[in-house]
Amino acid sequence: MKHVIVVGLSHKTAPVELRELLVVPDSRIGEALNRLMARARIREGMVLQTCNRVEVYAVVDHADAGFSDVQQFFVETHLSVSAAMLLPHLYRHAGDRALAHLFRVTSSLDSMVVGEPQILGQVKDAFRLALTHNSSGVILNKLVKKAISVAKRIRSETRIAENAVSVSYAAVELARKVFSDFSARTAMLVGAGEMAKLAARHLVKNGVRHVLLTTRNPARAGSLAERFHGTSIPFGDFLGELSKADIVLCSTGASHYLIGPEDVQRAVRERWNRPMFLIDVSVPRNIDPEVRHVDNAFLFDIDDLEGHVEQNRDERTREAARAEGIVKEEVGVILKWLQSLEATPAIVALRQRADAIKHAEMQKALSRFGTLTAQQREALDGLASGIVNKLLHGSLVALKSAAQSSDGSVYIEAARRFYGLEYPSPLPSPSKREGNGTEEAERVAERRKSEADQSDTEDPSHEPADESDKRNVAQRASSL
Amino acid sequence: MTLPFLQLTAGLYFAGTLLFLTYLLRRSHVVAKIALGVTCVGFAVHSVVLASQVFSVEGLKGVTFHTALSFFSWSLVCVFLLVVLRQRLYVLGSFILPLAFLSSASAVVVPSETSAIQPVVQAVWVHVTLSMLGTVGFAVAFVAGLMYLIQDRLLKSKHFNVLSFRLPPLDALDALNQRSIVLGFPLLTLGILTGAVSARLTFGEYVSWNSEQIWALVTWVFYLVVLMGRITVGWRAKKAAYLTIVGFTGVLLTFLGVMLKDTTPSVSS
Repeated sequence: MKHVIVVGLSHKTAPVELRELLVVPDSRIGEALNRLMARARIREGMVLQTCNRVEVYAVVDHADAGFSDVQQFFVETHLSVSAAMLLPHLYRHAGDRALAHLFRVTSSLDSMVVGEPQILGQVKDAFRLALTHNSSGVILNKLVKKAISVAKRIRSETRIAENAVSVSYAAVELARKVFSDFSARTAMLVGAGEMAKLAARHLVKNGVRHVLLTTRNPARAGSLAERFHGTSIPFGDFLGELSKADIVLCSTGASHYLIGPEDVQRAVRERWNRPMFLIDVSVPRNIDPEVRHVDNAFLFDIDDLEGHVEQNRDERTREAARAEGIVKEEVGVILKWLQSLEATPAIVALRQRADAIKHAEMQKALSRFGTLTAQQREALDGLASGIVNKLLHGSLVALKSAAQSSDGSVYIEAARRFYGLEYPSPLPSPSKREGNGTEEAERVAERRKSEADQSDTEDPSHEPADESDKRNVAQRASSL
Repeated sequence: MTLPFLQLTAGLYFAGTLLFLTYLLRRSHVVAKIALGVTCVGFAVHSVVLASQVFSVEGLKGVTFHTALSFFSWSLVCVFLLVVLRQRLYVLGSFILPLAFLSSASAVVVPSETSAIQPVVQAVWVHVTLSMLGTVGFAVAFVAGLMYLIQDRLLKSKHFNVLSFRLPPLDALDALNQRSIVLGFPLLTLGILTGAVSARLTFGEYVSWNSEQIWALVTWVFYLVVLMGRITVGWRAKKAAYLTIVGFTGVLLTFLGVMLKDTTPSVSS
């Protein structure tokens, strides 16, 4: 039996300092996925990373072995992180709990701000990367697609998204503790991360009239400036313009601090001590945490926003409970599918074997009879089919129903032996891995490829859904 | 004669204080309404007490420190009610009502009969009224500064509790601070000038350099510096909050000094 597992950490288990160490740049994610898939015990894999979480979803033969594989993968991928640092913050789920986790994450039930919409796109991105690098197979394909449909169902059937306040909205709420009226305020957007853009949109909606924008890519800054009716400033000059901003939203892909305490200190002085409000939603952070010691400057990073969001959570608990009900229901559905999946190849193999025997025997009989009328030929064929089907019927039904029970693999093994099927045993055998590692790995790779092909022919909708999605990916890539 | 009613007023202000402090820690809005109701009743009783004093036989002639304190707390509550009427800023009550209670309670304690000054001019009430109104301005600035520092601290330490939820945004508090000083300062200036004039008419000297007068001048200079600092070198926000708190503490100490002198049997000039 294959197991679905998830190993990862999120804002609930790890501080931002650790999370930011674990983020793999988009340019190197393919390399990381390949390294993950090079482990023979991992059949399928997907890496999901957002500002708030880094998780690996995998399909493995044995849950415990899978856990240790993924943990090793984390440590090997991030050389600056030791196992001792990492392990206390990791969560590990297998089976139905892993499925429920994926569904909950995708539906934004596990988000810092429950109901926020960004996560769905981030899951789609992660899935697309897995598809591009051939690390997703039949099971993950189905699971992620299911997760996306569950998320949509939850959004339409519960009111969770209605009062879904995203982190960006929380940022606006916090800004209200400093500024009573936004209409005379200027916001500066440094970088063009999704969260910062959303926050900027909220600010504009709440009355901010003047927006300054700066990104490394001047063309992008121009198009953003158009969107927010703002002014674009060259990236090299933005520190000099800092004093003009009452609210600074920072979200770039830089791996170092862009704004230091002395910059803010100077800006506050130039502003004659008028308070400044700075929000850093980038992971890794782009504003030096030391800025919080500057008088009249208020810096909030993504973890602080969570503290604020905590307050409104009670109001959403009821809707969240309904959403959890939906998750539970859908996990049941997908579990049945997973279990039947185990039996399907055996059933197909059995059918094929029977058909092959029938075909061979028919040919033999036909050659002996000489010429037959079409009617006679049909009768003979019907006889053969009838015997085959009646004989097989009981076995097939038993296999299908056994597939949904815990001892399904025993039945499958029995069928394999009774009918001499050329189909790998579902029961664990001790000599399976150790002997010929490379051969096994090759076989795994081959099977995965054929599975991916199969899944592609089965359902072409795995490809990026439409042009706008592709554009989103491109945008994200350039902004992060 | 009016003392029992003033005691009642102080009692009502005390109840208002407790209720407004409860409001600060509770998410319920009902407490604020009750607190406001109690404060209004107290204010009505207080208004009657003051009016009866003004229209009594001695009238405005016998303005004492007792009346001044009583008037101070009355105008504090008056300003508070006006602000609430305009901005629904109930939380201000949690800070102003304690002050109003303290000054009305002090008025109860301070003997109403002995008058420190026996002015020849009837117009001494103008001096007292203006000075007290100026002080009310500084009191509101003090309260705004206090709230500013609390909100600042809460934001810096990222404590988003009911208190930070209740307190107004920083810029509103800074604006309230500025407005109160801008209004209070000219009133105090006029108060000091009329005081000097009435002293000249009474004692023949503009200034007799007693401790109250020195303190009043120090206060005046201090707030002048605060105001100029805001305009010229950007002493706003946190710095302004600190300065106004220091300034008003000085004012309170002056009051305390005068009070102690008044309550001690040996009456000085």
